[in-house]
Amino acid sequence: MSSTALLDKSDPPAAGAPPEDRKPRRNFTPWVLLLPGLLWLILFFLVPILTSVSASVQTGNFDDGFKLTWHWANYVDAVKPYWRQYLHSGIFSVATTVLCLALGYPVAYFIAFKGGKWKSLLMALVIVPSFTSFLIRTIAWKTILADNGFVVRILNDLYILKITSKLGITVGTHVLASPGAVVCGMVYNFLPFMILPLYTSLEKIDPRLLEAGNDLYCGTFQTWRRITLPLSMPGVIGGTLLTFIPAIGDYINAQLLGNANTGVVGQSIENLFLRKTDGYPVGSAMSVIMMVGTLVLVMMYIRKAGTEDLI
Amino acid sequence: MGSTDVLGRTEGGDLRLVGLTKRFGAFTAVDNLDLTIPQGSFFALLGASGCGKTTTLRMVSGLEDPTAGQIFLGDQDVTDAKPYRRPVNTVFQNYALFPHLDIFENVAFGLRRRGFKSVKPQVEAMLELVELGHLAKRKPTQLSGGQQQRIALARALINEPQVLLLDEPLGALDLKLRRQMQIELKRIQTEVGLTFVHVTHDQEEAMTMADTIAVMNHGRIEQLGSPAELYENPATTFVANFLGQSNLIPGTVETSTDDVVTVSAHGRKLTLDAKRCRSVSGKVILGVRPEKVQLAVSEADVPSGFNALGGTVSDASFIGVSTQYLVKLPSGQEISVFEQNTGRAIQRPGTEVFVYWDPSQGFGLDGSQDIGAGAALDEEGAA
Repeated sequence: MSSTALLDKSDPPAAGAPPEDRKPRRNFTPWVLLLPGLLWLILFFLVPILTSVSASVQTGNFDDGFKLTWHWANYVDAVKPYWRQYLHSGIFSVATTVLCLALGYPVAYFIAFKGGKWKSLLMALVIVPSFTSFLIRTIAWKTILADNGFVVRILNDLYILKITSKLGITVGTHVLASPGAVVCGMVYNFLPFMILPLYTSLEKIDPRLLEAGNDLYCGTFQTWRRITLPLSMPGVIGGTLLTFIPAIGDYINAQLLGNANTGVVGQSIENLFLRKTDGYPVGSAMSVIMMVGTLVLVMMYIRKAGTEDLI
Repeated sequence: MGSTDVLGRTEGGDLRLVGLTKRFGAFTAVDNLDLTIPQGSFFALLGASGCGKTTTLRMVSGLEDPTAGQIFLGDQDVTDAKPYRRPVNTVFQNYALFPHLDIFENVAFGLRRRGFKSVKPQVEAMLELVELGHLAKRKPTQLSGGQQQRIALARALINEPQVLLLDEPLGALDLKLRRQMQIELKRIQTEVGLTFVHVTHDQEEAMTMADTIAVMNHGRIEQLGSPAELYENPATTFVANFLGQSNLIPGTVETSTDDVVTVSAHGRKLTLDAKRCRSVSGKVILGVRPEKVQLAVSEADVPSGFNALGGTVSDASFIGVSTQYLVKLPSGQEISVFEQNTGRAIQRPGTEVFVYWDPSQGFGLDGSQDIGAGAALDEEGAA
């Protein structure tokens, strides 16, 4: 950074000095400041992506090494046997996003409009659990949803598990090792990512606008529907994206809280990378498919949501 | 009273506040207020910040629940009605236009919520009334303060409320625009003939627009009347100081008849019209507006029968339309004099002069009050 300072200090234009005395000098400061960020992006973003894409069309194994053979058939192998995993990833992440929105919106609304002087404390309480490791928090759900825990006992006593098991959300009289448990864990883990942007956009809403709505013949629900909701749409979009994108790639919850029939794409990729000697190319192909797929979905969503109209 | 429509609007509805009280904890914002605002009038609630005028307005709109008392519209008790069920609309202080809707939709908002199928003609007519028809497709943030103010007015007026509440609607505008909007508001009120209740801390604004002004202080109404009545015959020192400027001279009543009250003050005898005296015995405060006071170089120039006090010019500021003098009496009190620019020579500071005024132009107040009440508040409000 010392070079930056030197560049800035060098000959300030003296008043009245003849202009031809000054050499035209290019200002490198912005480039110097950009350098660390650019290097970071190249090293940890661009290179890995290119490596993944290139690996996805290679053939070979660990013993003989991998060669770039433009073997596009890897993509067929990355889809055909794994369609269930793609389906699970999709269903789990969409369900998680919808549930996070349904649970997070009231929480964010309450904190933003009724929190008063407790606002900061309540928001801290939302974030504090994230200080614990993601893994440990997920494992904790094994205890919460354990067969001899009170949650499962109550759900059984109320015959709720009978219904959910019929629907394929839980298995028999258990909650653990079921799609329901996976979504529970995911909702819990990603809820703060939904609440934070929602809170930010709700908190910005001038309460006088709600009074104006009240004054103009809107009851509580109509005021929410006509004023609060449209004004909080940036938060809804931000929150759903922040929840959906990590959720579609998550496999820890499926691994720890799921069963053999809840496999998601992440688990398959991990298996291909770590437990098969020739799994690299197909695993890479799956990664690429997930990245491109998520990107396309997100772009479609943003376009549909029409963010440019939201102030 | 006649028929009632969907919104509970009745014909011939005066707004009546009966014993209206609002307490926030130990603080009484509005104290047992009784007030009748006749239908079709332009009514101003005038007072310094914190006097309870906005709280009163919010109780009428339903955004604040009264601690005690009742609110009637015509013969209908609306005290407990939800804000969206009252035939009352508000023009908010910061306009509170909906930022996600364009101007057309902002104005149409109330009609749409009430289930009107076609809103276009009404909205267009309303935008025409506030002369902003060409901005229908804009967003509120693309409008200037004055334009936003008119849209806020249109958005409330389109609902044809029985009472339109205006909460410091011109507070955010600059002086020139404020003058223009004052005239505009008055024009629109005359045109639509609705009851306007206008809350303001700006006494000039209240005087320009309102038919009737209620001066509020500490949650109570200090005085109620037409602008001229309040200005010429203030009932308290608060009103005398808050509404324009007053020279208030403490004195003691010497004699009083049905017509004339004689007061001794500053070692002189001053006379007052008995009809304009609130108190005719003991200690009184004699008041006179600065523009009613004139300067004379010698006592011989004072017309006979006029009240006169001798002093020294301590300050003279030439404003153009008038010259404002401060004349220091031997007791130390300063008398403010506004002399219209009629070409007379300006008296330099230090000149010995006499201030004099027609006894019929003075007013008398009860001498037990704080003589400075409301004076500092006015400056605060004007700033």
